[in-house]
Amino acid sequence: MSEKTKKSKGTSLAPELGWREMLRWLWRQVTSMRTALFLLLLLAIAAVPGSLIPQRGVDAQAVQSYFARNPTLAPVLDDLGFFSVYTSPWFSAIYLLLMVSLVGCIIPRAILYAKALRARPPRAPRNLLRLPVSESLETDASPEDVVVAARTALRGHRVDVVTHDDGTTEVRAEKGYLREAGNLVFHVSLVVVLVGVAAGALLGYRGSAVVVEGTGFSNSLTQYDEFSSGAWFEPDDLPPFSLQMDDVEARFQTTGEQRGAPRLFRAKGSYTAPDGDTGDFDIQVNHPLSVDGTDVFLVGQGYAPVVKVTDPEGNVAFDGPVPFLPEDPTYTSSGVVKVPDAQPYQIGFQGFFLPTAVTTGDDEASVSVFPAAANPILGLFAWTGDLGLDDGVPQSVYVLDKDGMEQVKNEDGSNFRISLSPGQEQELPDGTTIQFVELRQFARLQIAASPGKVVPLVGVSVGVLGLILSLAIKPRRTWIRARRDGSRTIVEVAALDRVPRGDVTGDLDDLLERLALEAPKEKAERA
Amino acid sequence: MSLEQYAQFSNYAIASATVVLGLAFLAYLVQWAVARKVAAEPVLVAAGGADTAVESPSEETETRFTMAGSIGYSLTSLAALVLLAGLVTRGLAAERVPWGNMYEFGCAAVMCALIAYLALVKVWDIDWVGSIITGIGTVVLGASMLVYVPAGPLVPALHSYWLVMHVLAAMIAGAAFVIGAAASALFLVKSRAEKRTPEEARTGMLWRMPSAARMDQLAYRVNAFAFPVWTFAALISGPIWAQYAWGRYWGWDPKEVWAFITWVVYAGYLHARATAGWKGKAAAILCLVGFATFVFNFVGVNLFVPGLHSYAK
Ligand code: HEM
Repeated sequence: MSEKTKKSKGTSLAPELGWREMLRWLWRQVTSMRTALFLLLLLAIAAVPGSLIPQRGVDAQAVQSYFARNPTLAPVLDDLGFFSVYTSPWFSAIYLLLMVSLVGCIIPRAILYAKALRARPPRAPRNLLRLPVSESLETDASPEDVVVAARTALRGHRVDVVTHDDGTTEVRAEKGYLREAGNLVFHVSLVVVLVGVAAGALLGYRGSAVVVEGTGFSNSLTQYDEFSSGAWFEPDDLPPFSLQMDDVEARFQTTGEQRGAPRLFRAKGSYTAPDGDTGDFDIQVNHPLSVDGTDVFLVGQGYAPVVKVTDPEGNVAFDGPVPFLPEDPTYTSSGVVKVPDAQPYQIGFQGFFLPTAVTTGDDEASVSVFPAAANPILGLFAWTGDLGLDDGVPQSVYVLDKDGMEQVKNEDGSNFRISLSPGQEQELPDGTTIQFVELRQFARLQIAASPGKVVPLVGVSVGVLGLILSLAIKPRRTWIRARRDGSRTIVEVAALDRVPRGDVTGDLDDLLERLALEAPKEKAERA
Repeated sequence: MSLEQYAQFSNYAIASATVVLGLAFLAYLVQWAVARKVAAEPVLVAAGGADTAVESPSEETETRFTMAGSIGYSLTSLAALVLLAGLVTRGLAAERVPWGNMYEFGCAAVMCALIAYLALVKVWDIDWVGSIITGIGTVVLGASMLVYVPAGPLVPALHSYWLVMHVLAAMIAGAAFVIGAAASALFLVKSRAEKRTPEEARTGMLWRMPSAARMDQLAYRVNAFAFPVWTFAALISGPIWAQYAWGRYWGWDPKEVWAFITWVVYAGYLHARATAGWKGKAAAILCLVGFATFVFNFVGVNLFVPGLHSYAK
């Protein structure tokens, strides 16, 4: 490959070159070893920014806060694709070029290899002793004996014995054909992996949903908090299964220096598969549930206080669990309760949930000191007015749009504060009551299908086996020439590695030993 | 012993191992210093014989040179043993494999590197990388203390056999990478010196080391071993585990990105060795760059870049 590069470098791009030559030149450039190396290094460099700048596909929220922090720089970076590096045109261009180069590399090499498989070991160079690793010696044994000894010593080689007209006997041996096979398998498997990954991404989907204890989830688009799918995926293809969440369990270390560290997360319940089959599930981290090609993972959990809001007339305007999203390792969580049905105006609550609240001082806000719910407190502020739900703009259930709302105040003008333990209720100045009915937990489930995900797995696994062959096998050519000189036989031996890799000199000494001949007469060793 | 006692013992053992390894490094440095006065070829010290009573100055330095080397080797062996004891007791204290967080990974990776070094000294006489390996080992062990966490169980995401396989493979690859990087660094120095240093000026440690070509060969051998192992760690066991834990086998999390970068750079290194104009110097530099990306993934990404893997601290 490198020779080709050299040649093509020599031919300068003369203006009279036709487009055919031009194409051929281009192809040779693209498939040269140098280009492959260049593209590999370029790929490595191009991958860097995606690890330092937040990525949409990894953490969309981090991207938003990056925009907030860098209002001038962020849009520029966005235009250049820096927030989705791995799907950006320039990143794709690099790996697609690498793939073109790879395929362009594999095909001619596979053809050459197919020919080489049937080829006989090459003839010896005229002057064996010119080779860097060679020796010459004299022996009493006849050339025939030398050949017999050579065949034994060169076991595992492909061996040809040729007797020339001048009576010289030449042994040509070659081994290590599997190296190139391994190398080809490895490079082909890279293509397989890429195709498999691409297919999985195009046909697959992934979403996440928060499911509270005592509620259910059915696999349709509206039930997801977040959803993304490949270009070839149709939302109608979502397999119609459903889950019923019975129990979410979280255990934390209660003693020692790692107090509060998570120890166990699990979600239990039952499922109904698309074909009507039902069963129980017990999903834990690292132990997903598989239903009809879709995997359901437990990726997080948290608390969902059940809140009941009654308007001054005594009508229940809201009654249900509200997931509060954990924000730190003590599960200090934040959330929003929207009550669009409240009369005479809509009410919204925003605040936090503390699983184990501790007050640090009289006027200090409480903090959570432990992630399990030992002393749960729900702390909220209230707003009244228009929640903005009818504006037609989709809203997050975790964000309160306060534009058309006014905060509820005490008579002295300070903000009205709600602080509730389970079972407690509190009345707002206008007579509305809010009750913290009970505490439930929720599971954050990730639901994903990437069809054919075994393809890349099999691809890399076979690839690694090929790679090991390719790296471990030493292709070697060995030549032995024996010539009768009076009563003695003069033997010349040389070995050549195509890839400088092993200890050729040592191996040659070894070979001589196995040839069981006399000590070398002259040692030619030019390393 | 109780769990607390195991944990205590482990802490003492790992601290002692750090000190012993530091001493081994010093011994190797002394050897470099002594080497300034020894000839490029070892002088054979005559055994027995009438005139051994009066040792020539060069014989004396020669003896000191050899002694410093073997003290370095012995101390390295001792450090490895003590470190092994520290890791085993750490595992007993935490009731799991002792490579579940950054502190443990640092200690266990140094241990792998030391074992690899000690073994390869016996096979390929690689004691000439001793100072670099013990130096890096001491720094990593010392730095691991900065991210010390008490022995304890793991967060749920790490409850997996794949943790054992994935991290073990990463450590084994890392052990080979560090030896490859040491050999490549010395290769760069030596090949330059071979071109520029006149025959008569060739004294000192550098000339007691093998030829640049041999250094290059060692770097290639260890990297060729490490690359498939790294492929297994980064592109097979990692994705399988990520699939079970997070529901996707590859998500361009910063840790994954850097594992991929390391993989691509080492693939570049292997290519470079077969590409005209890139053999030798450029390939050796790529090997060092590859090692740097590996180290950055372990230190930089763990400490400074947020991501799913950041609980590994
Ligand atoms: C997709 C990116 C690629 C990767 C990750 C990759 C990786 C590797 C690795 C790890 C080796 C070392 C195996 C060995 O030395 O036997 C290797 C060898 C080789 N690769 Fe690639 N390769 C890639 C693309 C290419 C391309 C595009 C070409 C064509 C120019 C190519 C041609 C070769 C050749 C000829 C060898 C054998 C070198 C030798 O004789 O030692 N590779 N490749």
